Amino acid sequence: MEWEVVIGLETHTQLQTNTKIFSGASVRYGAEPNTQACEVSLALPGVLPVLNKQAVHCAIKFGLAINAEIAPRSVFARKNYFYPDLPKGYQISQFELPVVGKGAVSIQVPAQGKLAAYEKVVNITRAHLEEDAGKSVHGAVEGMSGIDLNRAGTPLLEIVTEPDMRSAAEAVAYAKKLHELVQWIGICDGNMQEGSFRCDVNVSVRPKGSEALGTRREIKNLNSFKFMTQAIEYETRWQIETLEDGGKIQQATVLFNPDTGETRAMRSKEEANDYRYFPDPDLLPLIITEADKARISAAMPELPEAMKARLEVQYGLSSYDANALTTSRDLADYFVATVNAGAGPKQVANWVMGSISAKLNTEDKNINASPISAQQLAQLLKRIADGTISNNAAKQVFEAMWCAEGDVDSIIVAKGLKQESDSVAIEAIIDEVLAANAAMVEEFKAGKEKAFNALVGQAMKASKGKANPAQVNDILKKKLTA
Amino acid sequence: MALSIEDIKKVAHLARIEISDTDVNATLIKLTGILGLIEQMQAVDTTGIVPMSHSQELSQRLRDDVVTKTNQRDEFQKNAPLLGNHSTQQAIADGLYLVPKVIE
Repeated sequence: MEWEVVIGLETHTQLQTNTKIFSGASVRYGAEPNTQACEVSLALPGVLPVLNKQAVHCAIKFGLAINAEIAPRSVFARKNYFYPDLPKGYQISQFELPVVGKGAVSIQVPAQGKLAAYEKVVNITRAHLEEDAGKSVHGAVEGMSGIDLNRAGTPLLEIVTEPDMRSAAEAVAYAKKLHELVQWIGICDGNMQEGSFRCDVNVSVRPKGSEALGTRREIKNLNSFKFMTQAIEYETRWQIETLEDGGKIQQATVLFNPDTGETRAMRSKEEANDYRYFPDPDLLPLIITEADKARISAAMPELPEAMKARLEVQYGLSSYDANALTTSRDLADYFVATVNAGAGPKQVANWVMGSISAKLNTEDKNINASPISAQQLAQLLKRIADGTISNNAAKQVFEAMWCAEGDVDSIIVAKGLKQESDSVAIEAIIDEVLAANAAMVEEFKAGKEKAFNALVGQAMKASKGKANPAQVNDILKKKLTA
Repeated sequence: MALSIEDIKKVAHLARIEISDTDVNATLIKLTGILGLIEQMQAVDTTGIVPMSHSQELSQRLRDDVVTKTNQRDEFQKNAPLLGNHSTQQAIADGLYLVPKVIE
């Protein structure tokens, strides 16, 4: 039987705020245990939650970015469960009336094997504000668990999709797109190691062509795209094998073990899903007016989709280039700054996505940490365009600039990379080459086009790579056809 | 809706409330009474009425995103319980609150 996998994601994005969602305690990462756990985080008797304005603004920004309905009135609810890292005995979340309603994110699924790249729309069901729980630390004291409540109350936006994805590749393409988007609009730092962006993936399988959804298992807390791919592929295989062997899928929460590459059901928490939600009487309804939305909308950056379209129209970039350059706002800004400093858009795109991205990847750096500024890159490209240096020499200059050996012009001088553009000097070189390679000249005249390239190569070699290749071509052509 | 003894035990467990077997019946009777009141209310026609989420007709005030809390861990940890009934040592270590081991 042919099977189809059905995937939906729930992503917890930690919102970029200074303080917790319901108290003025800091959310700075990496503090000593419980030094940022105030009386609200500890759930001491008599404390009350007061909602953080910035967290609400982040939620509105996200809603605007995915073209979603933003609820004029949304309600906080208590999600009741017992766990030591949740001292109140309930998590404040949103249930029936979330702040962000239905929206959509369009994704580009990269080519895999024979399957070409394609675009797809993933529908967002909702996004709601909630607080994070604390952290359990094991092994500090024998037989006990340690509780650190610094993270308790950290603002989260949980973003839930429809079960729209049909492969691990689609799920990862969506997760990456969302990861780019929340950073682009400045609501999340995207730091996956620190847990700022965590995905729960719901996976089920069904016979291809069937309408009914299979029973799903939820893979919890994936914090890398690589693990997400592995976990979904393993889980899909496991479910298909189980069904083909005549077994049944039990709804369950599973964990992915990166060491074995397998998923494993968590010891099912008894009645874990009986959360007994009800509206939190400590919090009034959250009202968002049209004026609030308009004010935040006016302060929003240009969105990646809009910028991609603009790069194509304004700078004549291909869809592929424009897409790659709008994966992060910093990268897009760097591109625009380089073009504005006087370099040709296509050249800038090639260099940013080629040499610069390669270096950044190797050194695991962000474009902001590039040792070559947009102005410096523009200067380098100008020196190629005005014929001062060849493309090959430019690569050497680039390496030197990356190691902070100086500005473009001083490196060209220091390394003696200036291109020979004096036509008299080039003619002299070519004359020598022609005289020394009479056989090749004969071959060319006999119709062997390849001989021409060989002669260009000889001339370049004779000039120690400094001759302007375009000029060498022109002069050689003239002399041979004269 | 008729409640059973099992329902009472389940709800008590979820809320981590200890109800002795002798108290279960009394609790069942009380809760059944409350559900009876709710049934009466559910008989009222509420078509077209927006469910109320709060008794006051007000909206949530928002707080500026400024750190106002300082580190008072030492003060708060003075309230931590003792490690056991006969212990004099508080259930804290390395800044952490200690609880009986939780395993996933």
